Amino acid sequence: MSAAPVELPVWADAGLVPLVSVTAALLVAGLVVIGIGENPLEATALLLRGALGSGEAIGFTLYYATNFIFTGLAVAVAYHAGLFNIGGEGQATLAGIGAALACLWLAPLPGLLLVPLAILAAAAGGAAWALIPGWLQATRGSHVVITTIMFNFIAATLIVYLLVELIGNPGSMQPETREFAPHAVLTPMHRLLAPLGLVLPATPLNSAFLLALASLCGVWLLIFRSRLGFAIRTLGANPRAASYAGLSVSRLTMVAMAVSGALAGGLAVNEVMGVQHRLLLDFTAGYGFVGIAVALMGRGHPVGVALAALLFGILYQGGAELAFDKPSITRDMVVVIGGVIILFAGALDGLFRRLVAAGLGIGRAP
Amino acid sequence: MSEAAAAPAIELIGISKRFGPVQANDGVSLQVAAGTVHGIVGENGAGKSTLMSILYGFYAADAGTIRIAGREVEIRSSGEAIAAGIGMVHQHFMLVETLSVLDNIMLGVEGGALLRGGMRRARAELARLSGAYGLAIDPDALVGELPVGLQQRVEILKALYRGADILILDEPTAVLTPPEADQLFALLRALTAQGKTVILITHKLREIMAVTDHVSVMRRGRMIAHLATAATSPAALAEAMVGRRVLLRVEKPPRRPGPPVLAMQGVGLRDARGVTRLSEIDLVLRAGEIVGVAGVAGNGQSELLAVLAGLAQPSRGEISLDGRVLGPAERNPAALRRLGVMHIPEDRQKDGLVTAFSAAENCILGYHDDAAFGPGPLLSPSRIRRHARAAFAAYDVRPPDPELKTAKFSGGNQQKIVLAREIERAPRVLLVGQPTRGVDIGAIEFIHRRLIALREAGVAILLVSVELDEVMALSDRIIALCGGRITGERAAAEADERDLGLLIAGVTGEAA
Amino acid sequence: MDWAQTLAVILDSTIRLSVPLLCAALAGLWSERSGVVDIGLEGKMLMAAFASAVIAHQSGSAWTGLGAGILAAVALSLVHGFAAITWRGNQIVSGVAINMLAAGLTIILGNAWFGQGGRTPSLEGEARFADLALPFAAWARETVPVLGPLYAEMVSGHAAPVYLAFAAVPATALVLRHTRFGLRLRAVGENPAAVDTAGVSVAGLRYGAVIICGVLCGLGGSYLAVSQSAGFLPHMTAGKGFIALAAVIFANWRPVPVLLACLLFGLLDAVAIRLQGVSLPGIGLVPVQAIQALPYLMTVILLAGFIGRATPPRASGLPYVKER
Repeated sequence: MSAAPVELPVWADAGLVPLVSVTAALLVAGLVVIGIGENPLEATALLLRGALGSGEAIGFTLYYATNFIFTGLAVAVAYHAGLFNIGGEGQATLAGIGAALACLWLAPLPGLLLVPLAILAAAAGGAAWALIPGWLQATRGSHVVITTIMFNFIAATLIVYLLVELIGNPGSMQPETREFAPHAVLTPMHRLLAPLGLVLPATPLNSAFLLALASLCGVWLLIFRSRLGFAIRTLGANPRAASYAGLSVSRLTMVAMAVSGALAGGLAVNEVMGVQHRLLLDFTAGYGFVGIAVALMGRGHPVGVALAALLFGILYQGGAELAFDKPSITRDMVVVIGGVIILFAGALDGLFRRLVAAGLGIGRAP
Repeated sequence: MSEAAAAPAIELIGISKRFGPVQANDGVSLQVAAGTVHGIVGENGAGKSTLMSILYGFYAADAGTIRIAGREVEIRSSGEAIAAGIGMVHQHFMLVETLSVLDNIMLGVEGGALLRGGMRRARAELARLSGAYGLAIDPDALVGELPVGLQQRVEILKALYRGADILILDEPTAVLTPPEADQLFALLRALTAQGKTVILITHKLREIMAVTDHVSVMRRGRMIAHLATAATSPAALAEAMVGRRVLLRVEKPPRRPGPPVLAMQGVGLRDARGVTRLSEIDLVLRAGEIVGVAGVAGNGQSELLAVLAGLAQPSRGEISLDGRVLGPAERNPAALRRLGVMHIPEDRQKDGLVTAFSAAENCILGYHDDAAFGPGPLLSPSRIRRHARAAFAAYDVRPPDPELKTAKFSGGNQQKIVLAREIERAPRVLLVGQPTRGVDIGAIEFIHRRLIALREAGVAILLVSVELDEVMALSDRIIALCGGRITGERAAAEADERDLGLLIAGVTGEAA
Repeated sequence: MDWAQTLAVILDSTIRLSVPLLCAALAGLWSERSGVVDIGLEGKMLMAAFASAVIAHQSGSAWTGLGAGILAAVALSLVHGFAAITWRGNQIVSGVAINMLAAGLTIILGNAWFGQGGRTPSLEGEARFADLALPFAAWARETVPVLGPLYAEMVSGHAAPVYLAFAAVPATALVLRHTRFGLRLRAVGENPAAVDTAGVSVAGLRYGAVIICGVLCGLGGSYLAVSQSAGFLPHMTAGKGFIALAAVIFANWRPVPVLLACLLFGLLDAVAIRLQGVSLPGIGLVPVQAIQALPYLMTVILLAGFIGRATPPRASGLPYVKER
């Protein structure tokens, strides 16, 4: 049995523990690869080459990382307020609906106006879908974990209904909208940087990546340098102290959930406005859940989230290339790795802290 | 009581237990004679509860030997303690509120995989025990619906049902009124008369003198003295507890109180379940006076603080500051702080601090909107650190390291951080809950001096403390709370413990 | 088709659709009554469905498949227990991890072993649970009006796991109410310290509950793959583990109401399937998605206390730490 949580120096807590648990998770993934009769070293080499071996590969990797930055930050912000938002998928779905409606209905507007409005619509959709569970917890006492799970499913049925019955493209066999006007979408990175003399290969990487980087800085400022962030962290670390300090627990709960949902909406900005240029079913593709792994691994800090998002970007892009060469190792490997990272860096955090402490010679194992 | 030649009921030899950096028990030895009530006194954190938890198998000792009736035993779990004939009534009852009395009593000793047969036997045995000790109880009542005194009765019956020969009671009177406590003491005597052995843990000397045969004193994890109760006095025990003569009287110049600052009129409070917690509270706090609140824990003191601090909304009555009735928008902690009503909460770790934050961050808790701490919506870490350093110097917080995590400070230094934060902004009214709970003696004196200094500066202070001595030493006036009502008021100079005890018990001043 | 027949068919599919919900919901009830929150019901069912399909295919025996499914789910339960009970980790986080683990692993392994995009080969003959005809079913259908077809369609003619699942309801109720284990379990979910000081192991009880939770998830998952379908399909649990979670909340953590909630959600599903593309007079085309969203919506509304009140076991979700 474990005793009280181990106290570790900051560098070990923020750096070594996640590193050890991620390494252990990758080792487990290696065992799975061995289990299906492949060579994990060869697989790793293929994966890395596929993710980082060329400019094009790096572009794809960063495009995936963009999704994970948004969903990871979403989970992290809520977590700082002591809230576990597992509704990233549903919030991104609503954000996609918001962005799509804006892009379709406001198409007469010029791009300079339309694109920011559509991004705002995405943020608003995501924020609203997180705000309702936040409001229900704040005022009615229903737990956000359960409500956000339920809202994921409600969002999933809502988007089916909308795409099948209302805003679907009648000419398409798929449940999807028609393509947005060319001025309603985000600029791909290779076109954006071309005027600067940078020649990049054409990849899905688009200006949403810059928005993701800005979000990283914004979240850092918000959580660690602002008065609101101080209040949010107080609520997360000790809700009773928050009440004592005169903070409005219900207001902060709703604000934190809304910010979290808006960040999850970034996934829709990247996917719907940046890549697909239309709204289709299942564009969230589990990125919302992987965001939980990203946030846990990154210890809720934007720097950690950025690094974790990059790792998952590498795994996603490299995994796609790997699946091409080794059809038995499908992309689902990344889901497994995500699951194991959540288990190790999240639920078994105590065990890994104890292991690291034992390795450093701090404290005694019981 | 005769010191029989028979082996003592309990013998502890050289018990040691360490929690991280804290040596909770350090080579503690103890002998308890069978058929006696043995008191263990000591301040909060002296190691009494840890010692009893070891005896009850809740923790394993790092070193030491336990003998029960002369036989060496190893107690590694509560189950083994029960088997060794030890029963414990915890300070926080170990009851399942959604289950019936009978279910609670049977839990762990059901007597078979199916409940039916065991239940019948348990019902009969419970009836017998109730009769034998005069502990009437409805076996089918839900425990959560019983009043606190009856819940304690269930705990005692639980131990007796398990055939306990040794009964440990941890601060059993903390939740009882004086008459209920007297009933309990009568029961303890009845138990020893039938050969049971009782260990009573308390920090209230009155109880030790009233009911025990022997008393052992603990201080900072060590056993300091073993005494026969008849051969000692409260003053001697107090001295042993704290390690030097205690100044029960705080040096306090006489002072005429100023004009009324905070007033409550007909204030009542119902909790979420509709239970009345406060009723018809009329109270005036004047500038430059300390009003002490005396009462048994759970009689409305916490609620009184909560209402005044804006943490709970009164269901009736009004509260006024400087003669002006406070509106609903002003009855929240943030607005009240701006009006100069500051609050040192009863439980600093649960309410007053975020122990995971740095000490510097805790110095701005509740004041993080102050423009001094950063530009616009942002906070400046360097300004927050500088502010904390100044506060630490003024209040002698050790170590004076603003970056250190608050959890790593001692209880006294944590309390100083709260104190510094709440009084540095020149409060008009200071609400103080349990200012010296779990605080070392040096810090106690520091805190007392600061409170007296604030009184000199004209602050109106409301003091809530479970330590009647502290209330009597610091206050100018004392009000007694019982069942959420003010049952009497005394000028501190005229108050004596017996008189206050009656008020606390709800016997009104006129009748007494 | 006359009305009784239509009704019987709808009720029959209600029974079939509610079985996986019922298994998972009872599983969740066991776990949560002991104080361990489990949002990994979905993952455990999925893993069980996969394992049972694979082993049923290899062994040719549905019962062996069921055993394998139960073992797989129990293994995941133990992972959850190790994290939540032994290491006092966050139970929600652990549940999310198990769901992802199962979603990924089933497809990877299925794809590596069978190369059919994650599906397992179709089960035939003994490898699949056959429907059992109860006595007099055919006779009753012919001779007894209304009740006869109802008995033949709804009560008779299901596979063994269906009867096991329904038998688990009274079994759960009886064990919780009338046995020593049940009393201790009810206590540990409310106040683990009371159980600990009574000399009973908190961890032991919780591991016991978590294992029962695994067994029931195993039954539900195996039913999906080896009885309802003839093999495993990727993501075949399709959120049933979460609807089950909703059913537990709906039923206020009590066994018989769990049965009713699962039947209600099963009925909604059956009606939704039947109404797909049907235009009702006066209403028009029914948006099937609205019916599908109902269990989730109803749970949100219930949890918010707009109708009734859901009170979970007091200690659920909280790791047990001895207080100093």
